[in-house]
Amino acid sequence: MNAAAPSLEAHALAKSFGALAVIQNVELSLAAGERRALIGPNGAGKTTLINLLAGRLRPDAGTIRMGGIDITPFAEAERARSGLGRTFQINSLFRNLTVFENVYLAVAEQVGAARHMLRPALAEEEPVARTAALLRELGIAAHARSVVQQLPYGHQRLVEIAIALALKPKVLLLDEPAAGVPTGESGVILELIAALPKDIAVLLIDHDMDVVFRFAERITVLAQGMILAEGPPDEIARDARVREVYLGKRKHG
Amino acid sequence: MSALEHFSAPPRSLLARLLYGVRPWEALPWLAAIVAFFLFPGYVPIFGQILIMTLFALSLDIVVGYCGIVTLGHAAYYGTGAYTAGLLAVHGWSEPISNAAFAMAMAALVGFVTGAVILRAHGFITVMLTLAVTVTLYEVANHTGRWTGGDDGLRGIDMAPVLGRFEFDIYGDTAFFYALAALFLSFVVVRLLVNSPFGWSLKGIRENIGRMHAIGCPVYRRLLQAYTIAAALAGLAGALQAQTTQYVALRALSFDLSGDVLVMLIIGGIGRLYGAFIGVPVYILAQDRLASEDPANWYFWMGILLIVIVLFARGGMLALAARLWDRRRSDA
Repeated sequence: MNAAAPSLEAHALAKSFGALAVIQNVELSLAAGERRALIGPNGAGKTTLINLLAGRLRPDAGTIRMGGIDITPFAEAERARSGLGRTFQINSLFRNLTVFENVYLAVAEQVGAARHMLRPALAEEEPVARTAALLRELGIAAHARSVVQQLPYGHQRLVEIAIALALKPKVLLLDEPAAGVPTGESGVILELIAALPKDIAVLLIDHDMDVVFRFAERITVLAQGMILAEGPPDEIARDARVREVYLGKRKHG
Repeated sequence: MSALEHFSAPPRSLLARLLYGVRPWEALPWLAAIVAFFLFPGYVPIFGQILIMTLFALSLDIVVGYCGIVTLGHAAYYGTGAYTAGLLAVHGWSEPISNAAFAMAMAALVGFVTGAVILRAHGFITVMLTLAVTVTLYEVANHTGRWTGGDDGLRGIDMAPVLGRFEFDIYGDTAFFYALAALFLSFVVVRLLVNSPFGWSLKGIRENIGRMHAIGCPVYRRLLQAYTIAAALAGLAGALQAQTTQYVALRALSFDLSGDVLVMLIIGGIGRLYGAFIGVPVYILAQDRLASEDPANWYFWMGILLIVIVLFARGGMLALAARLWDRRRSDA
């Protein structure tokens, strides 16, 4: 792995669903530890882009590199094992399992314990210790034994993030991490994201402009599947095209 | 954080691992089997059948309950084990334990090869493929009657005594304890398996296969491993059946049997490890009672029983018991 290479890099990425070109010729480059936001109006293709980067969808054209290595042919699981973590816009949890089990599953995969057959899961010291540590870090340790679907939505969002962090990602793709969370609780999630380890490159999708402008070092604006603008927050805020397709539209409601 | 204290003090020795998380009531099925043996000597041959079917249903629970794969073809591996054991015995390999071990290995091999294809598919296609595997093997056995006895079944199986001492007798005592030992050992392994990180990852795949991909789990490989293990255990059940009854019916490879064992597991409860231990005895004993009370229509009454269970005990009898238990505890 090349230390100087960008953490994550997409080149000439394209994806169509039938006749509809959802992502067209997208170029994206995240430096190591960068804080990047991805914004754009509904239907701009943000989640599709995340799915392409994470390997859930296959691009029609283009390449994706991580740390200089071409990961385009890698399946989703392989990308996860190479350090690409992601969260889902709509919770994608193990709903009938406990909080502890949810996070443990990801930790066990990451440390390579998940293939062990003849040892009780709770007797695996490293996964148990790391799961416990993560739950404490995210403030959900008190709910360790609760079944996930019985938790309040805000806590479920934290489990969603805990699973992604369990992979010790080098790149983290956060798809609207605070979506659907009451404003009172979303602060916890946003603080958590702000406090993420500095060696993780983070790509954040969010609709809350306050959050985006506070969090991001650079902002990429996606519109109709193409990159409309990219730059530091103040530059993006002044960009007339961006205001027109996105910010302006929001003000009009 | 008190909720986390639960997850401490890991066991180190092999015995501690085997006994990990064992609760007192888990001795009940084994005690019940022993008590039943002494109380109802006339029923011992049926009890032997129950033990063998329980092992078969337990192996099915790995596939259906833990992996979340619906199969109508699990008899393929049971039948493979039964015919392998039977054919070996007919040709002179009559030592029961090595005979069963070989049958298990054969069933595992068939499970691995067919699983490699079946597990590539999703949803209804999977169900159709499992069905196709069973039907194919059934027809193979049917059309190679020169070796398998075809429709008449495989006869002439003559087993040596277990461990060189215990003859299979007409009372079924040897068969009973032989099957009980095989079931117990298999259960210990399965229990360890489902509580292991591997077993947890199977539950993860069942609950949310998409997220398992996203956290880096090699889903296909994991499922194929589990499927092969389940096939091996089904093969062992089939081998026990061939050895203890000295006969293999063509039905051992049938869609019918695949369906029956699935029904037994549903009655007991899927994905609970003990579902097989409830569902199989209930089904077989009910079948025995109903068949002697009303020989013409017993299948009708079995149907009624199944409807009642599906309507009033969704998730099987164990799920019903768990709900009643929870309610009693919250009332208290």
